[in-house]
Amino acid sequence: MSRQMRFLERLKIAWQLLIDQTFAEKVQLALEKEKPAPERVHASGLMLLAALQREGRLIDFLRQDIAAFSDEEVGAAARIVHSGSRKVLEQFFAFEPAVKGQEGMLMSVPPGFDAQRIRLTGNVTGQPPFKGTLKHHGWFATTIRMPEFSDALDPRVIAPAEVELP
Amino acid sequence: MSQYVVGIDLGTTNSALSDVDLTAPPRHEQNTLAIPQLVAEGTVEERPVLPSFLYLPSAEEFPEGSLTLPWDRSSSVIVGEFARSHGMKVPGRLVASAKSWLSHAAMDRTAALLPWDASRDVARVSPVDASSRYLRHLAGAWDHARPDAPLGDQELVLTVPASFDAAARELTTKSAQHAGFRNVTLLEEPQAALYAWLELAGDGFRDQVQVGDVILVVDVGGGTTDFSLIAVTEREGDLQLTRVAVGDHILLGGDNMDLTLAHILNQELMEKGRQLDALQLNALTYGCRHAKELLFANPDLQKTPISIASRGSALVGGTIKTALTREALTRILIDGFMPIVPMTEMPRTARRTGLTQMGLPYAQDAGITRHLASFLTRQARALAAAHDAPVKLEGKSFVHPTAILFNGGVFKADVLKMRMLDVVSGWLAAEGGAPVKELQGADLDLSVARGAAYYGWVRHGHGIRIRGGTARAYYVGVESPMPAVPGFEPPVKALCVAPFGMEEGTHADVPPQEFALVVGEPTVFRFFASSVRREDNVGDMVEDAARSDELEEVSPIETTLQGESGKLVPVNLQAAVTEVGTLEIRCLEKGGPSRWNLELNVRERT
Repeated sequence: MSRQMRFLERLKIAWQLLIDQTFAEKVQLALEKEKPAPERVHASGLMLLAALQREGRLIDFLRQDIAAFSDEEVGAAARIVHSGSRKVLEQFFAFEPAVKGQEGMLMSVPPGFDAQRIRLTGNVTGQPPFKGTLKHHGWFATTIRMPEFSDALDPRVIAPAEVELP
Repeated sequence: MSQYVVGIDLGTTNSALSDVDLTAPPRHEQNTLAIPQLVAEGTVEERPVLPSFLYLPSAEEFPEGSLTLPWDRSSSVIVGEFARSHGMKVPGRLVASAKSWLSHAAMDRTAALLPWDASRDVARVSPVDASSRYLRHLAGAWDHARPDAPLGDQELVLTVPASFDAAARELTTKSAQHAGFRNVTLLEEPQAALYAWLELAGDGFRDQVQVGDVILVVDVGGGTTDFSLIAVTEREGDLQLTRVAVGDHILLGGDNMDLTLAHILNQELMEKGRQLDALQLNALTYGCRHAKELLFANPDLQKTPISIASRGSALVGGTIKTALTREALTRILIDGFMPIVPMTEMPRTARRTGLTQMGLPYAQDAGITRHLASFLTRQARALAAAHDAPVKLEGKSFVHPTAILFNGGVFKADVLKMRMLDVVSGWLAAEGGAPVKELQGADLDLSVARGAAYYGWVRHGHGIRIRGGTARAYYVGVESPMPAVPGFEPPVKALCVAPFGMEEGTHADVPPQEFALVVGEPTVFRFFASSVRREDNVGDMVEDAARSDELEEVSPIETTLQGESGKLVPVNLQAAVTEVGTLEIRCLEKGGPSRWNLELNVRERT
């Protein structure tokens, strides 16, 4: 009985392999024990790059050799990068300082402090509590609103080429 | 019963949606729904508003699967942010300002007109279809977020400019029907803005206005400028708000301001030999808007640099630089759009030629203060002639507003508010009046949608309701019997069928008149409206309507009676204002049971 069941089960899978394209692809993927391609694993990272390029031309800016240009020319381009990239940041995230407090003020670091949020620098010896100066307040993303990206597209296309028709 | 009442602001450049949950007792809670939309191929983001743009892609323009929405896997058009941004690069496939086309009386607004300058292979859409697309997108977003309470089943309040005539209102309702909305009520946008203010002020509103106050709502949207006057009156000890008058349709808005700035900066660049292409010109317009906002927000700043990116990948070196100075901003924007003018200065109207009839009939004069002066003067004359005017004129040459409520993103700039307040206070001072005060409004981008939802809630018996009825009187044209004279158009008399101030859900019977309709042939009536003739009663006749500056000809109305061809049927006319807020003209058979609705003909006038 159980042998026969197993046979029917196998027949069902074989049949599904024949008629169902996506099922067949899944089986093939499993057989090859293939890991998903990096662009699928990191699709949201690529999407962030695409948004920064689209709104702020960030890839253009960083890929260009700017050594030969004047500060004025770099500055003019930086305005585009700044205003566009800032829009993307505001759309996707909300930020607050990793710790509260004015930069330059003295603060105490208690025992059991959050070592991810607070990085100690300078003369790091002994046990907390420590007293120190807040040099940089750090950043913490309080909200993350990443857009939805269609599976049908290749996330490696950061920006399409533009061909203008006359 | 619907669970929500939803306010929809179907704007010229942006649309938004807000709702009140009717089942949440007793204090109402307002939500504005974030609207998922394409922002790039294959990328869907939530935005607070939906740009009212429709892009009609060619067959192979985008890869498969790149236009899908969370609720529509097979979408083949683009609505919203990506439509706007990509459409700037391909203007021949972009539908913009559909709402302005909806009120363009010289066009067939149900015909596939848009994009106006599209090439032949583009499958155009009608202004009604485009509006309906935006509504369907909002419905898709809503249903995706709240599958248990589909938008089509809710009570909807759809806003229209106060200056929309009967035909444009009818078409707005039609686009809502096409989107599958069954339960729709129309609300005028300036009223919606005041409702948003009432919601914000709560019971405290009674401390901010008093009996005898006249509130002027100045609503400068992306594409239109809309004025309304609302009087604070008293009845049996209770405060009442009565909408007294609305302005004429002015096709002039915030978008025109940014375009003007960009145009002037572009001329400076051209003199220096820098040539911008269409896309860069658009970037310049965007840059001007941003620079304008910065200058308005920082009074100490004297100028703001604007960078326009190169089209190619060489950003550094290829970027074009310019700057918006405070001097230019003041000269172009404040003095250009809100000039300090005496009350007697009227808008300049250039005589239109056949050519300017093509495309949208934009306002000829950019001076919003001049349009306002004209509105307040015309309405003063109309109110002086009215026997029960809710506003006391007492010999004033124009209606004296005591408070102004601003609406529209343009007024995020305090400078523009201040200018408007200064100009109006100057007019008032000249006639011995006290300065006008400002009513502090709610969010300038979302207040119309919020106010609309709040109005829906008010209709359920909460809070105060603005009264007023129709802001126009309507007339049908009756041709005088005269022998034909070549080159001379016989004068047309106008018979009042719907008086000023008809309330929703009421009707008016025209006293017996000799009308006879021919069965089997289309019967067409010329149709007129007036926003100033407050005293006409049903059945009153206005001589020489076509040449009167108090009457405006709107789309004709027509019907074809079915039956034995050639037979004459004597009829009486009846006008009704529906619960939705649209106007209906009916023919009732004299001494018989038959009844025909006359349709507003929105097709092209010949």
